[in-house]
Amino acid sequence: MTITTTASQQSPAVGPERLPGRRSRPPWVLLAASAVVAVVLLAPLVFLLIEAHGAGIETVRHLIWRPLTATLLWNTVQLTVVVTALCAVIGTLAAWCVERTDLPGRHIWAVLVVVPFAIPDFVVSFGWASLSTWVQGFRGAVLVTTLAVYPLVYLPVAASLRGADPGQEEVARSLGLGRIRTFGRVTLRQARGAILGGCVLVALVILAEYGAFEILGYRTFTTEIFTEFQDSFNVAAACALSLVLVVFGLVVLGGDAAARGRSRVVRTGPMAQRANQRHRLGRATIPVLLGFAALVGLALGVPIGSSVYWMFEGGAHALSGVSVVDAGWHTALYSAVAAALATGLALPVALLAVRHGSRVGRILERSTYLVLAMPGVMIAFALSYFLERYANSFAYQTAPVLIAAYAILFFPLALVGVRASVAYAPIRLEEVARSLGQGRLAVFARVTLPLVGPGLAAAFCLVFLAGVTELTATLILVPTGVQTLATQFWSYEQNLSYGQAAPFALVMILVAAGPSYVLSRYFDRLPSRAGRPT
Amino acid sequence: MRRWSAVLAASALAASLLAGCGDGSGSGLSITLYNGQHEQTTDSLVAGFEKATGITVNVRNDDEDTLADEIVTERSHSPADVIYAENSPALEYLQGKGLLAAVDPSTLADTPSQYDSPQGDWVGVSARVSVLIYNPSLISESQLPTSVLQLADPQYHGKLAFAAGETDFQPIVTSVVRTYGQTEAVKWLEGIKANAGSHVYPDNETIADNVNRGLVAFGVVNQYYWYRMRSEITASNMHSDITYFAPRDPGYVIDVSGAAILKASKHQAAAQRFLAFLVSRAGQEIIANSTLSYEYPIASGVTTAQPETPFDQLQPNSITIAQLGDGSTAIALLQQAGLL
Repeated sequence: MTITTTASQQSPAVGPERLPGRRSRPPWVLLAASAVVAVVLLAPLVFLLIEAHGAGIETVRHLIWRPLTATLLWNTVQLTVVVTALCAVIGTLAAWCVERTDLPGRHIWAVLVVVPFAIPDFVVSFGWASLSTWVQGFRGAVLVTTLAVYPLVYLPVAASLRGADPGQEEVARSLGLGRIRTFGRVTLRQARGAILGGCVLVALVILAEYGAFEILGYRTFTTEIFTEFQDSFNVAAACALSLVLVVFGLVVLGGDAAARGRSRVVRTGPMAQRANQRHRLGRATIPVLLGFAALVGLALGVPIGSSVYWMFEGGAHALSGVSVVDAGWHTALYSAVAAALATGLALPVALLAVRHGSRVGRILERSTYLVLAMPGVMIAFALSYFLERYANSFAYQTAPVLIAAYAILFFPLALVGVRASVAYAPIRLEEVARSLGQGRLAVFARVTLPLVGPGLAAAFCLVFLAGVTELTATLILVPTGVQTLATQFWSYEQNLSYGQAAPFALVMILVAAGPSYVLSRYFDRLPSRAGRPT
Repeated sequence: MRRWSAVLAASALAASLLAGCGDGSGSGLSITLYNGQHEQTTDSLVAGFEKATGITVNVRNDDEDTLADEIVTERSHSPADVIYAENSPALEYLQGKGLLAAVDPSTLADTPSQYDSPQGDWVGVSARVSVLIYNPSLISESQLPTSVLQLADPQYHGKLAFAAGETDFQPIVTSVVRTYGQTEAVKWLEGIKANAGSHVYPDNETIADNVNRGLVAFGVVNQYYWYRMRSEITASNMHSDITYFAPRDPGYVIDVSGAAILKASKHQAAAQRFLAFLVSRAGQEIIANSTLSYEYPIASGVTTAQPETPFDQLQPNSITIAQLGDGSTAIALLQQAGLL
């Protein structure tokens, strides 16, 4: 049974989340590993501070208080707020329809609504902007970003609705609460943590997005950071502006913490889970189906359709470049290794945060999210800087450093996936195993890993997808002569060679479609796995 | 459990493959080129050089100023041997930082001296000229401004497009400052900002594209964006034309693209050969005959074969490379006007 409750009225239920009295002191290995991860992830922040400090407080103040800042501030804030709200609504409604109603073809929809996450924002931008002049500026940015990132809300909400206990809704209904009020007072509360978590990701991703807004001509703090690089030879100024983004990131994270309050989901019997009774859509079936068709058509159909169009109508194929196969191979390789690395690093942090919920553990965990608010180019420059200063530029512009950059950039995504599965893996099973005489390591390998395994796979896929579409750090750190799908696409797109850019967009979508499928299947299977005898 | 093992196996496989994934450079001599020029221009030049010398060129493409920033961050460990920039300010900036090596005098001699670095640390390779691109269905040629100052005239409200962040735009600002002074220049910037409104675009490609599609009446670009667009989208889709400012107008500016060798380069001789090739007859003819780049060749007496106004018939403003500098004055004013 699942009970949403606040700390003050928390029942002494037994559950996987941390509980007073049962909180164990974190093993030093876990603490040390997490601390190392946090230090590595916050290193770029140190770089920003060093550079901004080097420029002098007066210069930084001048840069931040110039006239354009007000415009950028307004642009960034209004876009973040509007898109986050839209994603929350679309993601939650779509997840509820797929998970809790008798929507026809819901297994297919479950895959189709996730795939748009695999399409880079700048490909969505390109798809829309190259077809219609209407998609520009603010409205273009809202449309494109919402369609590209709503799966970040959909995925965790779908998982949480799957895993939540249907008993509460049944109780609410039996006590005379109507459908809509049950949805508002029970279902939404069950999914609240997941919705907020998704919204945080959406907000942070928007803060750091570059390519899409560059194509749409919409100026945010991040596009301006690039302008500093591209016009003013002013790394210090870019760093100062990035610090503003970090402050935004802190606001988002702080807002999230405040919104969560101290309430949390407590489950008394995770192994006794059963399938939900699905709501009958009835006469709403057709409109809901049309809604899904429209969403998938806009988010998936337009970018793919426009890429196919340009492939045949793109004019002269005049530019040289690497082949799609070559770029695709490197893209998949870098992204896969980075995904494995990030997932491995996320495990100790997630275990520490969930199992040994000390204040230090939670701060360590939350601090790692800040990296999402920093543009990829800043992370790349930070790595370049530290390697030059302290390692004679060792391995600079080689695959391992690029992969490390990906792992740093997308660590928070891995953490989201791993954390969710750790939170639902009951610690009791490990305790039982321990009591039966198994060693700590054996318990980890034979109990913990199999339980969190699917979550690790999900985390892997999330990072892989993000890696496939990474652009700005790649431009700086990729080995000379190598192109990824994203960099080659970008190079053609920037030169208006749409015909040559299009195949790279399509292959990017193809490469990313596999992991999207795995992701949606993973979330689809959650209850059956949880219900399986262990 | 099975799925977890699969992930492990996949990552182990990937890691092992990664080890065998170097940069592929063989035993032959090779140099690394940080390319801020358009790839259209660089690709064929690199191919010609490799064929002529047997030296491999590893090309790294990015925005020219981002590459300059990278070089400054990389300091003495920069992997770059040569930087090829679209505009002179990036090179002047690196020269000011003391990061460039002197170019062979014989190479410098191939290019008219007014298009080389005044200190001899970089060589001019090709040039472009600023023009107005306009959509005749929205504005007729006779209604267009003939001087750069008129761009700020309220009659063009909502009609003008420009790219404040483009490196090609800064020389025009610098030129306006040189002729009219800083106070006038800021007033002018505020005027064009008001006129452009939401048509302040991130780059010249967007200006060309949007003027052609009728989103805005006219804009300030370099001539080659229009020619390139025409070759990409074919003549039947062209709904725009280009025209020049009045002769000697401060808006009528030549932008010089050039190349330089890094002091940190360990392949000085090969890098010098690359620069020499760029301005040689062979290199300049590649630029002149390209149906992709539409830049003006400026060295070794080669003239363009393109249907453009011949280079020697242009009537640009007299501003020099040294006066264009690294563009820092223009940037400061653009910031003051809230455009950057």
